Amino acid sequence: MSTPAPALAIDAVDLSRRYGLRWALAKVNVRLETGQSLLLTGHNGSGKTTLLRVLAGAVPASTGKATIFGLDLATQRAAIRERVGLLTHSSYLYEDLSASENLLIPARLLGVPSPATRIRELLAQVGLEGRARDAVRQFSAGMRKRLSIARMLLKEPALALFDEPFGELDPGGIEQMESLIRALQQRGSTVVLATHLIEQGQSLCSQRLHLSGGRATAA
Amino acid sequence: MTAPAPAPVRPGLLRSALVILQKDLLIEWRSRARINALVFFALSTMLLFSFALGPDTRLLGRSAGGYLWLAIMFSSVLALGESFRVESENAALDGLRLLPVDARAIFLGKAAGNAVLLLILAAVLVPVTLAVYDVRALLGLPRLLGVLVLGCLAISAPGTVYAAIASQSRARDVLLPLLLFPILIPALIACSKAATLVLHGDAMNELESWTGLLIGFNVAYWSLGLLLFPNVIED
Repeated sequence: MSTPAPALAIDAVDLSRRYGLRWALAKVNVRLETGQSLLLTGHNGSGKTTLLRVLAGAVPASTGKATIFGLDLATQRAAIRERVGLLTHSSYLYEDLSASENLLIPARLLGVPSPATRIRELLAQVGLEGRARDAVRQFSAGMRKRLSIARMLLKEPALALFDEPFGELDPGGIEQMESLIRALQQRGSTVVLATHLIEQGQSLCSQRLHLSGGRATAA
Repeated sequence: MTAPAPAPVRPGLLRSALVILQKDLLIEWRSRARINALVFFALSTMLLFSFALGPDTRLLGRSAGGYLWLAIMFSSVLALGESFRVESENAALDGLRLLPVDARAIFLGKAAGNAVLLLILAAVLVPVTLAVYDVRALLGLPRLLGVLVLGCLAISAPGTVYAAIASQSRARDVLLPLLLFPILIPALIACSKAATLVLHGDAMNELESWTGLLIGFNVAYWSLGLLLFPNVIED
């Protein structure tokens, strides 16, 4: 019998992160139930990216406590990383490798069954099926973003964290991204979405958290 | 009714390391920039040594083993720095960490990739050394190959750790040799001595001791690398 998923996907209390003398994130509380979606808003430098990176286990919190699906963020980072996907401004791609090779490496490291088939499906989903053999170096910013989301979807994350997912995309790409996020939600993934496109974000998320100067404030 | 898709089975430490190694070699093959730069840099270094010492072929020949290893060591800084430049570009190393991949597998794969690259460089440099310094491998090329393998492994393990540290700094090009060279001095002495014995003969049966020492350095460097590398890329 499989263990039921914990009710809370994210339970963060007084989460803070300091870079040098500057607090990029100051005592932020987040509670999000499994399968729910949260919209993160705020100006540039408000702490959205830092919060997403801390929740993904990419950087440790300076103070505060958090659990992701009941796993302690301070001590169980590897287990958390297995369940979390993070899409950020960094594409995590290798410039000299082709689109399909950039997916094949993580697929092999993740142990994805039938990786070639899965990669074909994902490239088709993000509209890059015709560019599978082209080196990433030749890709536009929007194409890189599409390939990055395909890389993230390889993992089928239980918690998907998106940092400006619509940035650099053309209108068709934005629509495609929206439908990919909706498909993740339909599969039961919990979604946190940081964006300046509030209308798009609100159509995808049921809850909202506004950050300003690293603190949670009223929007 | 269709059967459910099989669940992913994550590869173990060594298989993950092999994927990282294949990835690094593929990137190297695609760009070929690193190996070209390495070969030209190492060849220039070897020629500069011979110009600096003048036309005394006996003097050049006596020190050929040392010059070979100095050329490999200086060139290794370029190779090691470049191996982490591709990981810094687009934060690819973060991408590997967040998959997640065991940091020890990243270390093993990258250090093995760097060792392969240095061995290819050494394979190009050996005939040049024999020709330019007018020496022969008296104990045979297989023994010289053995010394080269041990030496390249001894450079690549600490080199990978220090390249990872230096890649996080703005002064990475200066920092890497400053960190790496002091720790490589014992291995450099052993490599030079062993290579010289292979080239000029081993009347006192010293080669076994020097290769034994090199094996010992490798055990220490690779063990420390496995222990330290996860902290380096996480913190």
